[in-house]
Amino acid sequence: MSFDMNKIPHIGEVSAVHGAYDINAPVKKDTMTLKERQLMHNKMIGSIEEAIRFVGLKDGMTISFHHHFRNGDFVVNQVMEVIARMGFKNLTLAASSLTDIHEPLIEHIKNGVVTHIETSGLRGKLAEAVSHGLMDFPIIFRSHGGRAAAIETGELHIDVAFLGAPSCDPYGNANGYNRDNEEGSCCGSLGYAKLDAIMADKCVIITDNIVPFPNAPFGIPESQVDCIVKVDSVGDPKGIMSGATRYTKNPKELLIAKMAADVIEASGYFNDGFSMQMGSGGASLATARFLREKMIAKNIKARFALGGITGQIVEMHEEGLIGKILDVQSFDLVAANSLKNNRFHQQIDASYYASYVNRGAAVNQLDFVILSALEVDTDFNINVLTGSDGVIRGAIGGHPDTAAGASLTIVVAPLTRGRIPSVVDKVNTIVTPGKTVDVLVTDQGVAVNPNRPEIAERLIAADIPVFPIEKLKARAERIVGTPAPIQYEDRIVGVVMYRDNSVIDVIRQVKDVSLDD
Amino acid sequence: MSRLRRSMMFVPGNNPGMIRDAHIYGSDCIMFDLEDSVSINEKDAARFLVYKALTSLKYGKKELVVRINDLGSGLGVTDLEAMVRAQPDVIRLPKTETAQDVTDCETEIARIEREIGLPEGKTKMMAAIESAKGVLNAYDIARSSSRLIGIALGAEDYVTDLRTTRSPEGIELLFARSMIVNAARAAGIAALDTVYSDVNNEEGFIAEATLIKKLGFDGKSIINPRQIEPLHRVFTPTEKDIIKAKAIMEAIAEAELRGSGVASLNGKMIDKPVVERARYMIERASSLRIPIEEV
Amino acid sequence: MQIVTTGVAGTMESSDIMVRIEPSEHEGIELTLESAVMQQFGKQIERVIKDTLKELGVASAVVNAVDKGALDCTIAARVSAAAYRAAKRTDYVWNGGVNK
Repeated sequence: MSFDMNKIPHIGEVSAVHGAYDINAPVKKDTMTLKERQLMHNKMIGSIEEAIRFVGLKDGMTISFHHHFRNGDFVVNQVMEVIARMGFKNLTLAASSLTDIHEPLIEHIKNGVVTHIETSGLRGKLAEAVSHGLMDFPIIFRSHGGRAAAIETGELHIDVAFLGAPSCDPYGNANGYNRDNEEGSCCGSLGYAKLDAIMADKCVIITDNIVPFPNAPFGIPESQVDCIVKVDSVGDPKGIMSGATRYTKNPKELLIAKMAADVIEASGYFNDGFSMQMGSGGASLATARFLREKMIAKNIKARFALGGITGQIVEMHEEGLIGKILDVQSFDLVAANSLKNNRFHQQIDASYYASYVNRGAAVNQLDFVILSALEVDTDFNINVLTGSDGVIRGAIGGHPDTAAGASLTIVVAPLTRGRIPSVVDKVNTIVTPGKTVDVLVTDQGVAVNPNRPEIAERLIAADIPVFPIEKLKARAERIVGTPAPIQYEDRIVGVVMYRDNSVIDVIRQVKDVSLDD
Repeated sequence: MSRLRRSMMFVPGNNPGMIRDAHIYGSDCIMFDLEDSVSINEKDAARFLVYKALTSLKYGKKELVVRINDLGSGLGVTDLEAMVRAQPDVIRLPKTETAQDVTDCETEIARIEREIGLPEGKTKMMAAIESAKGVLNAYDIARSSSRLIGIALGAEDYVTDLRTTRSPEGIELLFARSMIVNAARAAGIAALDTVYSDVNNEEGFIAEATLIKKLGFDGKSIINPRQIEPLHRVFTPTEKDIIKAKAIMEAIAEAELRGSGVASLNGKMIDKPVVERARYMIERASSLRIPIEEV
Repeated sequence: MQIVTTGVAGTMESSDIMVRIEPSEHEGIELTLESAVMQQFGKQIERVIKDTLKELGVASAVVNAVDKGALDCTIAARVSAAAYRAAKRTDYVWNGGVNK
């Protein structure tokens, strides 16, 4: 040794110095091959039950899940079944979203396994049950950006994240697709899972497709993963995503979409280098098709497209019409394959996408966004969460995040659905505040928020049929009649958080009515 | 300006959703159908539905047409009893073969008008020609009643009658189309072309629309709202055409101001037919955008 | 109008209403209604059904209606068609008169 530890100036003040290197210490060198080693020394654990013990789950903890498997998800139900069997109680289930397939949660709620739920949305039987008063503690609904912010700031603390992954290597490099085999399922981006993996105390990857190290590119790196469980199936590929999202053939949706594209063209935001996001609803998605024609005709290109990504956006990217794609969630196989194959199709996490504490959040860089709505009121407030009967049947998603971030927020909706008017005096549930909504496009006219007189002026100059929103409301009522108000109980079953995690509205228990009431 | 009849959209008479939404798509005319799109067991239900819709829903300024069943079917008169009272603008008679078919229908309409105190002649008519015999009688049919606003070709029955089938190019319809448009023009009424049923083939549809416009038709029956926009695009003059037409009209006005009977543009004398065409062009230069009326 | 058999009109498609009218042993209209928009329009639908039957002179019937968001005019049309079918009659009366 050519130096004396004690003579190194200030060595005592340097952190993490573990004495002098011992040249005589025995070296344990691993001489196995890469293939052998992966099979023996890895982070794999035999079963979900063992994993739950390994991460030290306790009663009252918060567990999280993602919803990239949509209605094909087997992960939540598999994990919850084991947790229930093991006798855990009082858990908080903080999912990025929940849907029809998660109906078995009803039993876990009744049995006290789950007492609190946080989610972006709720559908099907579970949503019905919650609306009818299943839970003592109201469900906390957060937008994707609001959830990300709550996790980032530590306000929503996740003890254990159980994250399903269509591919993972034995050390935890996980992704929504893989470049090694064609097995298992595919969900593209793992955007909503990424932040959970970073912030959770413990992270368990649930996969049905172990690929050799390194599973690169990865959505979740091994450094954030504690253990991996291989199960028979993480989900039903058919429920996870369709092959390709098709453009709607519904003439009314096409009519709305064409009008929305005309609105964009006239709005002042349709310039070379623009940025956009389109919802996956029929009309908002179809807007892409009409916009594409206008882009080609005027030789205008987009700098980037954001959001839930569909094949339509990918097609425009591959045609050279869209420079880059930022993908927090892939909506179809075309999008998932593009994420795998296209260099400028980038997987992003929920914070990068939409967190209000993140100054550079991509939603803030949007020129315009096209969003759907179940209801719009004359103050331009939007409901995407509860149906016309007051029952929960939707998801907040990134609605308030993109509406707040985009320079021009366009909401598309048919004026009526069946006998239900979409334009009303007061929405059942405020999800997105009217202040952040600029234009409403219906099949029977366009309304512009009075906050944006310059937009109204430009649309009128382009011969777009602009009406005061009260006129659209009156027109809807002339067609369908005036609906009687929905009756609720006093009890609150859901709390709707705005993206800054202030309470923007509450959802009350619905009252069952019959003709005799 | 004479009424635009570029697009006459079929709405199946027994479909409440389509009946409700028929006015939003911007077709020039809406044609409620009691005939082929309604199964024989639902004729009564469709009649009630169209009757109630016409007497209670608002369709703005659109021309409203009802296609009734032919009188020979035994349903036509019952259809008329309801529809003349519901007062659409036009009753469309299918399977018209002779002038007598029109007259028979007109007699019934006139009787019902008298019964309910409507001014006689208020209900207009259209006749669809769907057979070889009808095509040969086109001119007689076209001038058989002052109620007639137009005649139309119904091609499916017609090609069957001819013992052929429809082709993409439509060569088999050339004679019928020419007869009908010629008869209509001679009688001073509108000529409407048949439907194009392959809704997903926009290219084929545009080719056919372009052809019938060139032949002189006023417009076409359509079966899906998605066909409206491409159809109107074919029938809308280009900006270049409009500029030229305006220049012609200006030259005429200037010549009149000078008291000269002869106008010229760019050194060329303007003939009367040229003026006529220019005037027609400007009339038709309405915007392609779907006008949303206060309904 | 006397109801003598079972008459059904309408479909289960969106914006339609399926109306079944049957003879009843009692005076009056015995109505069961199922609707996608019960909360908002249940009372209104009931009124249209009963008014239409009254107009047709149907005083006794069992009526079952499954509504999928039909407008009032559709409800009236379906009730009328079902009633005429259930009365086995075709002597339709068109009341619209000359005013739209």
